[in-house]
Amino acid sequence: MSEKIEKMIRSTRDLPSTHLLGTGTPMCAGCGGLEALNGIYDILGEKTVFVNAAGCMTLLSVYPFTPFRGSWLYTAMASAPAGAQGIRDALDILLEQKRITTDDDLEVVVLTGDGAAYGMGLSATSGAMERNLDFIYVCYDNEGYGNTGQQYSGATPHAAKTATSRGFAGFRGYKKDLFSIWAAHNPAYVATVIGAEPLDLAKKIEKLRGMKGPRMIIALSPCPTGWDFDPRETVHIGQLALKSGIWPLKEYIDGKVTHTKVPRKRVPVEDYLSLQGRFRHLFEPTRNEKLLDEIQARVDSYWEKIEQDEAEK
Amino acid sequence: MKRTLLTGNAAAAWGARLANVDYIPSFPITPQTEIIESLSEWIDNGEMPGRLVTLESEHSMITAAGSAAATGIRTFSATSSQGLLYGMEMLYTVSGWRAPFVLVNVSRGLSSPITLEPDHNDIFAARDCGFLQIHCASCQEILDSILIAYRLGEDARVRLPVIVNMDGFYLSFTREPVVIPDEESAREFVGNFDPENIHFSASAPESQAVAVLGGGPYSYFRYETHLAAMNGLAAYEEIAEEFGQRFGRSHSAVESYCADDADYLFVMLGSFATKAKEAVDRLRVCGWSIGLVRPRLVRPFPASQLQHLLADRKGIAVIDQNISMGMGGVLHSELATALYGQSGKQPILASFIGALGGRDIAIEEFFEIAEVIKQAASSGVTPPPRLLYTREELREIRKLQAVARAERDELNNNSGHKKGEAQ
Repeated sequence: MSEKIEKMIRSTRDLPSTHLLGTGTPMCAGCGGLEALNGIYDILGEKTVFVNAAGCMTLLSVYPFTPFRGSWLYTAMASAPAGAQGIRDALDILLEQKRITTDDDLEVVVLTGDGAAYGMGLSATSGAMERNLDFIYVCYDNEGYGNTGQQYSGATPHAAKTATSRGFAGFRGYKKDLFSIWAAHNPAYVATVIGAEPLDLAKKIEKLRGMKGPRMIIALSPCPTGWDFDPRETVHIGQLALKSGIWPLKEYIDGKVTHTKVPRKRVPVEDYLSLQGRFRHLFEPTRNEKLLDEIQARVDSYWEKIEQDEAEK
Repeated sequence: MKRTLLTGNAAAAWGARLANVDYIPSFPITPQTEIIESLSEWIDNGEMPGRLVTLESEHSMITAAGSAAATGIRTFSATSSQGLLYGMEMLYTVSGWRAPFVLVNVSRGLSSPITLEPDHNDIFAARDCGFLQIHCASCQEILDSILIAYRLGEDARVRLPVIVNMDGFYLSFTREPVVIPDEESAREFVGNFDPENIHFSASAPESQAVAVLGGGPYSYFRYETHLAAMNGLAAYEEIAEEFGQRFGRSHSAVESYCADDADYLFVMLGSFATKAKEAVDRLRVCGWSIGLVRPRLVRPFPASQLQHLLADRKGIAVIDQNISMGMGGVLHSELATALYGQSGKQPILASFIGALGGRDIAIEEFFEIAEVIKQAASSGVTPPPRLLYTREELREIRKLQAVARAERDELNNNSGHKKGEAQ
């Protein structure tokens, strides 16, 4: 397990060459969520219990098989963080009563999609953070209710076509800023990651392993079936999400947000959007300049503010 | 024996304390809150070990209770009414985890309209969820039932969570003399929770509550849970017997009162059955051959005991403190199911619905019910289900409506008058 990467991760050479998570899961080909989970599990290792909420990854453990070397508990869509609370408290009580040794202790990891994290499970997550629960939350964010056929969720970006936003303008709402909502609780750690940037991901997971309290991760998860692209493009699209500035890689510690990878020369957002069927209506039959400009302007304004803040420091 | 005046809520807190619980996920709701306040105070003062955590909802509370139990510690929780329903998804979910714990429900009528006082629609909404159910009629019974419930739920044949139910206000806030068992004998009776294979541990990884594909494995696990619940019948008898021997208090699965020779029976659950007992006493003075049967164990349903107890009677009045809209009383239909097809002469089984939202059942109403089943037995015709309500109550409602209407009309007239002036 993770013993072999106990040393500091400095370059991609320090990343494990094989994954700990078993293969042959029912996740879709090119699943960006699984890509991120592989990187995360390689570092967290088998002394973990994954507490899952209803979503695509519920199908990782189907009786009587599991790709996990460690433990697993499926809860329900809204209350995985509460499931983590019960397990963490129980393990602490067992440790206090000396009914188990520290060798048998586990890291409790909540694993949910964006449907649970951005919506139904937000109250339970807020509660867990407010109680300063010692746990890790991993949200694989494929920007919609993916397991039910990609209806829009609170994580769906503006203008994306989903099964419930098929009109010419796509989804009329805006992606909820879950990073800031989580950070407003002042947990020990919040970070965004993406499987396409494995080194940044590994460094962050390694960092949070050494911390206590709520440690929150949002992994943007390119989704070939939900976003409508060829599975072989998953890594490419993930990298374009970073290069275009659509998905900022950042972390929050002690009240401070730091961008861990700033795309100095951003590529136009349409490079990212045009590869995905969910945005095809922005380009065909005619280009929707207004919407494209609006999306570009939002990204530009985000980074202008970040660059301004950096310049003022 | 020393008795202490305790509310039903305090008795529940004592039950949890004497059962030596490790963990209490909680959430406040009237009329349950005193239970978690008492436990919290004891824990804060160092009077009892354990950890109490307030979750942000009952849905989360029941999740945490289930996951803590699934990690192998003794867990207690309490809720009521809307809270039980808010957590309903998790009641069904955690029972399938086959990790035992005890949940006290303080029964309270369900919205709408929103109310605080008791009836049994909340607990009957949880009828099919996989939790076993013990219904209490006194504060002593609440304390005792919690001790019994831990033995029952943790029994290797059962391994299911258990709900101990009491009526809000009538028990939760009513002081009754209660014998508090000494800690040592309570602990000897309840014993330590031996979770065996129920754990989360680094050295023995375990996947719990995983998904299944298809009806085959799904049915397998659902049937197993049902069969485990059914095992609870025999387990309950043994445990209650042992309890009786140790503490001198009998809590059989079904209580019967003046029932042995009775031609007529009331059947009721919970604390309102004590009103039926009073009616039985009074009717017996007038020469009636009447008694009361009160199931304590509702899940698993003690069908064979009830078949035995209800056989060869002339008439039975089932007084349900719940209402299944478009069907009627739930206990009535459960008893009809239990009695149907039994050999011998079938008694008249009449349905009455009363005491919804804490509405009282007056002694005269019991007399009337007795008269109705007596007449039905002689005519051989089962009466239609009856919704208990008096003319006086209807008059009161009409009065409230008339007052409200008059007030509204007056307001309208006044504002109309002013408008007229402005013109």
